[in-house]
Amino acid sequence: MLESYDVVVIGGGPAGMGAAIKAKELGLKVLLLDDNDFLGGILPQCIHPGFGLHYFKEELTGPEFAYRLINKLDGVEVKTSARVIEIQNYSDLEKFVTYVSPEGVKKVATKTIIYAAGARERHAFEIGIVGDRVAGIYTAGEAQALMDLYGILPGRDIVIVGSGDVGLIMARRFALEGCNVKAVIELMPYPGGLARNLMILKDFNIPLYLSHKVVEVRGRKRVEKVKVVKVDENLREIPGSEFWIEADTLIISAGLIPNVKLLQEIGVRIDPATGGPVVNDRLETSVPGIFVAGNSLLINDLVDYVVEQGETAAEGAKEFIENGGIKSTRWIKLVKGENVRLVAPHYLSGERDVWIYARVQRPIEDVTLEFPEIGKKLRLPVVKPSEMLRIKLRGEEIRKAKEKITMQVVKNE
Amino acid sequence: MIKVAIIGAGITGASIARVLSRYENLEVHLIDKNPDVGWGVSKANTALIHGGYDDDPDKYPMRAKLCVRGNRLWHRWVKELEIPHIWNGALVVALEEEDFDELEKLLERGIRNGVPEMRIVDREELFHLEPGLNPEAKGALWIPTVGQIGPIPAVIAIVENAVANGVKIHLNTKVKGIKVQNGEVKGVETNNGFIEADVIINAAGLYADEISRMVGLDYFTIHPRKGEYWIFDDTVPGPRRVLFPTPTPISKGIVVTTEISGHLMIGPNAQDLPPEEKENLATTREGLEEVWEGAKKLWPNLPPRSKVIRTFAGLRPEPTGGDFIIKAEEEVFGFINVAGIRSPGLTSAPAIAYEVAEIIQRDLGIKLIEKEKWNPYRKDITRFSMLSPEEANRLIRENPAYGKIVCRCNLVTEGEILEAIERMKFIGVKIPSIDSIKFRTKATSGTCQGSFCRVRIIQLLSKAYNVPPWEITLKGEGSEIGIGDVKALLRGENSA
Ligand SMILES: Cc1cc2nc3c(=O)[nH]c(=O)nc-3n(C[C@H](O)[C@H](O)[C@H](O)COP(=O)(O)OP(=O)(O)OC[C@H]3O[C@@H](n4cnc5c(N)ncnc54)[C@H](O)[C@@H]3O)c2cc1C
Repeated sequence: MLESYDVVVIGGGPAGMGAAIKAKELGLKVLLLDDNDFLGGILPQCIHPGFGLHYFKEELTGPEFAYRLINKLDGVEVKTSARVIEIQNYSDLEKFVTYVSPEGVKKVATKTIIYAAGARERHAFEIGIVGDRVAGIYTAGEAQALMDLYGILPGRDIVIVGSGDVGLIMARRFALEGCNVKAVIELMPYPGGLARNLMILKDFNIPLYLSHKVVEVRGRKRVEKVKVVKVDENLREIPGSEFWIEADTLIISAGLIPNVKLLQEIGVRIDPATGGPVVNDRLETSVPGIFVAGNSLLINDLVDYVVEQGETAAEGAKEFIENGGIKSTRWIKLVKGENVRLVAPHYLSGERDVWIYARVQRPIEDVTLEFPEIGKKLRLPVVKPSEMLRIKLRGEEIRKAKEKITMQVVKNE
Repeated sequence: MIKVAIIGAGITGASIARVLSRYENLEVHLIDKNPDVGWGVSKANTALIHGGYDDDPDKYPMRAKLCVRGNRLWHRWVKELEIPHIWNGALVVALEEEDFDELEKLLERGIRNGVPEMRIVDREELFHLEPGLNPEAKGALWIPTVGQIGPIPAVIAIVENAVANGVKIHLNTKVKGIKVQNGEVKGVETNNGFIEADVIINAAGLYADEISRMVGLDYFTIHPRKGEYWIFDDTVPGPRRVLFPTPTPISKGIVVTTEISGHLMIGPNAQDLPPEEKENLATTREGLEEVWEGAKKLWPNLPPRSKVIRTFAGLRPEPTGGDFIIKAEEEVFGFINVAGIRSPGLTSAPAIAYEVAEIIQRDLGIKLIEKEKWNPYRKDITRFSMLSPEEANRLIRENPAYGKIVCRCNLVTEGEILEAIERMKFIGVKIPSIDSIKFRTKATSGTCQGSFCRVRIIQLLSKAYNVPPWEITLKGEGSEIGIGDVKALLRGENSA
């Protein structure tokens, strides 16, 4: 006989732990699987503060945040060094999960799955960098792991691609270790990170090149210089604007992509805008009983939201198990309107309040966030692609819509 | 004992070493300046076992003869040595009616060279063989004998087998001069001392002209001809066959194929570089664009650019005259040139190796005596992703390291990494590098390009070679992954 569970949570980062803790509180039998040797996902290597203001009501570092969650896992069966290699959707009520660990290849049965396997970073080849394939090119997360998990300093003269929070935090990290951070290069005409992280550039005197891109790396064995070129408003390169920066290290912080390969293999529908699955307000994917949370759902900026998604998914799993499926309702589609780049969840039942997560296309000041079909409006001083919008829609509001609700962001007259 | 020094541990030198390891009166030394085997031309190419129809036997008799023979020999070698391979055949596609004239020529030439089983197929059969092809295609030359292998895995396999049969390897050993006395070779001078030799075989790839000049023979030069490639994520569907356009006088054209690990690969173009640019392996935007445009003609459904996981370039060693130069040089007794091994050198390598053995007997008058016991077999490294659950469980029970996934994209386990390290040590790899692990296990070569697993491989290498982790290299000396421990600069060290 296979061992069987109510919920198998795949991924032991904050989303997965949040889901497992909640599922256990709801009285479910939970198995949590992670392929690292330790829990916490990416958190243990994020030694800077900025975690947990919403969830724990105090500011923590990544390892502290992870530690607190780990302490709440009591009663959850946990396996680390356990890599899930296959999900089988036998029926809406019965699924199998196969994982590899030093104990062997094992298959377990489960009623539901909460998939919280995080994301991966875009690498140099994906963003079209050509030239020599030499040492000294790292993704930001990889460099962070080298430094903060394994105590290795990657280089001394650093160029960072991408001014998102990850890139900025790595800029500070390198500067604090005595490296010379020569530049942060940003493709867009505006910076990608949170305002508080942009302060880092001022604090450490690091030049930021907006509307620029790194196009080429040259070096014999290791990076020696990188070629930068300016782009116009359509992101087209401006001929003659090229220049070289000497550096021994190039850090790529060009965004994350949800890790959804295992889900794609069983036919889960993916939203090209988020890169994660299309989900309903229980964060259930297009395959019944499979829920998703955290960066596998969409790329988040705050760990607190990630945990929240884990909890929502756990509540979904509970309802699924109790009712033999999520009760069918008239699903109201949430669609992207003007200046909205992505939004999730995609289908709303109107039976409950729901947190909406969204990102805009471009930064604008003095705007109104509107849901015209239900007459909801919210005035905001500013919106930026780098800052995820999180809005609660109430059940009764949602029920006012016939078949769809549009979300749009319009500039105030 | 007759001492043989082979310069160059690429596919050519390795194959020669293996064939010569069979003889009991030879002491074979295989020498390479790189930290590992197969890191020259053999590293970056299209990885095809060609059919042998496109080499003109009047202009390039060596290529024409050895390619067809090499193709046949690979069938045995891939089995004996457990080299990853696939025999999926190739189509030279006619997009225009005029192209059929060229296909007829290739067919005739193939028949002359002795290529079996070729034929021209019509539209209907073409789309049966390759449903995803450009719908405009009119027909094709079908060459069922074409295959694909893993080129570096092949070199590694051949070398492991050669070492098991007594060949001595000298890595990180650069040949700087050759000692010749009274018109006979005496040995090679290297950065690691003098290596005595009665026979010297020059299989130095791009540098074969320089080595030849060391004995005063400069009747040929080698210039690099760059080819660039794109490789896509393994979720992108690729063709079942190897697809060629109709060739032009200078090139076999840009190939579209699914390489043996299941990734769609397109390339190469052909750009001639001056002889001094033998290390110029940089990809270029112009070159990659040319490949993209070329590939699109055969395979219109190229994926979005965001699905690329790697681009790379290789250098073909183009010799004066264009044909392989394989001969015992009369002026310098004991010196054998195996130079200008450009495409189809990978295909021809086993045949080249037997040719060299024959030259040693015929032209140097050395009678070769077969060993009573010679081991033709070599076992491939464990590949966890290919095992059944039962096999995997048996393995993990014996050694739990096989239950620990290190590379998520390609499902490579810690056990495989440790096994790769053992094999590196067995053939004498002294500088631990991530590329050495990659070429043996495929770790770091998947969708995420190692951003998760590289750090873990560094830990394993650091422990096995007993060096600090920042000294682990990406690809040999000068490519260390770090400059010290995380406080090195603050302590005032390493601040160049
Ligand atoms: C773009 C491209 C595509 C190709 N496609 C195909 C294909 O599909 N099918 C096919 O059959 N062939 C193909 N080829 C050709 C094939 O790759 C080569 O013919 C083959 O790899 C040559 O192997 P080699 O051993 O002669 O040279 P190499 O692999 O270069 O080996 C020579 C070795 O000599 C060493 N060396 C050099 N100088 C010294 C020194 N002074 N001291 C010590 N060591 C030294 C080098 O480090 C190197 O390791 C292609 C080539 C290219 C570049």
